[in-house]
Amino acid sequence: MEKNVIIRVKDLVAGYGEDIILDHVSFDVYEREIFVVLGKIGSGKSTLLKHLIGLMKPLSGRIFIDGNDICHSDEATFQGILRKFGVLYQSAALFGSITIAENVALPIKEYTDLRKKYVDALVKMKLNLVGLGGYENYLPSEISGGMKKRAGLARAMALNPKILFFDEPSAGLDPVTSAELDNLIIRINNSLGTTMVIVTHELQSIFAVSHRVIMLDKTSKGIIAEGDPKYLRDHSQNPFVRQFLNR
Amino acid sequence: MIGPLNFSQNLSRQGRSSQGRFRTDNTSCCYMKKLKNPQSCRYDTSETDNGDITLHIQGSMDSTNAGFMIKELDRFLRRRNPPSLTVDLKDVSYVDDFGVLVLVELKRTIARKKALFHIENASDKVKEILSILNFDHLGKKISLFRVRSPGIFVRLGDATLRHISDLKYMILFIGDTCLALIHVCLHPKSLRKDETFQYMQMAGVDALPIVALISFLLGLIMAFMSSVQLKQFGANIYVASLVSLAMTRELGPIMTAIIVAGRSGSAFAAEIGTMKISEEIDALYTMGFEPTRFLAVPKIIATVIIVPLLTLFSDVFAIAGGLVVGIFMLDLTTGAYIAQTIKTLTLFDVFLGSLKGVVFGLLIAWIGCLRGFRVEGGAASVGKATTSAVVTSIFLIILFDSLFSVILRYWE
Repeated sequence: MEKNVIIRVKDLVAGYGEDIILDHVSFDVYEREIFVVLGKIGSGKSTLLKHLIGLMKPLSGRIFIDGNDICHSDEATFQGILRKFGVLYQSAALFGSITIAENVALPIKEYTDLRKKYVDALVKMKLNLVGLGGYENYLPSEISGGMKKRAGLARAMALNPKILFFDEPSAGLDPVTSAELDNLIIRINNSLGTTMVIVTHELQSIFAVSHRVIMLDKTSKGIIAEGDPKYLRDHSQNPFVRQFLNR
Repeated sequence: MIGPLNFSQNLSRQGRSSQGRFRTDNTSCCYMKKLKNPQSCRYDTSETDNGDITLHIQGSMDSTNAGFMIKELDRFLRRRNPPSLTVDLKDVSYVDDFGVLVLVELKRTIARKKALFHIENASDKVKEILSILNFDHLGKKISLFRVRSPGIFVRLGDATLRHISDLKYMILFIGDTCLALIHVCLHPKSLRKDETFQYMQMAGVDALPIVALISFLLGLIMAFMSSVQLKQFGANIYVASLVSLAMTRELGPIMTAIIVAGRSGSAFAAEIGTMKISEEIDALYTMGFEPTRFLAVPKIIATVIIVPLLTLFSDVFAIAGGLVVGIFMLDLTTGAYIAQTIKTLTLFDVFLGSLKGVVFGLLIAWIGCLRGFRVEGGAASVGKATTSAVVTSIFLIILFDSLFSVILRYWE
């Protein structure tokens, strides 16, 4: 695997007001890797994700996405950085008033000058890729939770960004659907070389998809383990990490 | 516009090749609006004696250059009828579905010319992408399946069925509300008092400043407009009668009700609608709470109490507005104006205004809740319900006001 750093987090201090959640956290994510952030509820996983995707500004520290500092960039650069990644939100966050196809077509129409028939063709390909062929004209309220996630994924990768962020992709899904989504993640990573950053606490998903994990902890307000999840499960020095991964 | 690209001039037939570049920098880019740092893709072509064309593509085929490639290759192939087109992907470093779209479009163009299409030297990665995206079966029909808009009779039928269903639900909801109100009357402890007071504050106390201001201005305007006419007959004092009677019997209740419908009726619909789509109503139901009793009754009771009170405030402020005009423009004394107002108004007028307030309050809260409970789907549906709550409330307010007028005409 090439070891080009695509996301660099340096001395990130994050929190809400006086309340520090993450204290001087640093890590790198490499190109084409599936990187999982795990930890218990309240360990700061979601806070970290919100900082990575620019929804929250850190109290101090820097975050580089593909070489650009997301925390201290002007508006134009920030807009450029936003094009580099897509996000699959926990509830998929599809726009409820438009169809699945229109949801996926929205960024393609907005950011390219492709003619309508080509946009339609791309939407069809993307929906076929995520296994939603034939559901183009359904509204988000008319499809199941797993399908919503897949449609959300199709929208997140509408412009084939370099990085995809996933917030709890398995949440609310049955094990079979969850495994299908994991396979899809692996397939997209393999074929398109997209870097994946996944925030989750689903053990099966972690072992199935991840190349490398970091584990966050509430008390130490930072990373307590980093590496291959299977290795950490068996050989971590920290008993809590072993317990978490052996549950 | 596109510098180096001109196949027809550069290409010769003796195996010589021409080169071009899908330039995607901002100055020459005609298809990319906002993407920054686009990657470029080079290509060259060679043509054999019998017209077979080979297209060598180098670089990355992705979203940054797909639109441009499609346009350019379409332009290139438009004037040619090769027996076959071979796309050489040996030097292609990256292909995504945008790149596949370019290949699909090439394949379609070539198929229309009844020529042969080949891809050669595709790397394993590219082959994988082509297979994942089902390239071999793409091409005949690439556009999305569109839902045909139904004919006029189908739409008419749909609308009729929808209105019948709405009407049924409305009747059900009338019954539901009546039962819930009867239950609360029989078991007063079951009323959620805190929420009721909260809604009274929201719909009443918080609305008082705007009701007062609008009523004051309305009284002012009415007095001003009527004074212009009445002055001609020396009937200045009747301005007080006109303002007080019109406001107390008609305009006070209507204006107050319209303001409450806009402020609170819409809020009720939005609140219940949002609860409906986030399954909170279902949760209430399965927890054993009757949603109508739990959500609608406090709102209805609150508005039924608060709208008549607001109406009284509205009357007072409108009379004050008229008084200002009376004093400063018509040279009336405060005492004379108030005496004339009291002489004009009967207790029945005040009672009638308040009774209208009760009915309008009931309508506003009831319609707001009804529309909220009818929300289905997503955020857009909440917006529709809110709009519909306000429009229906205002319509019913005017309708019931007319009914009051007709009934009083025969009763008095």
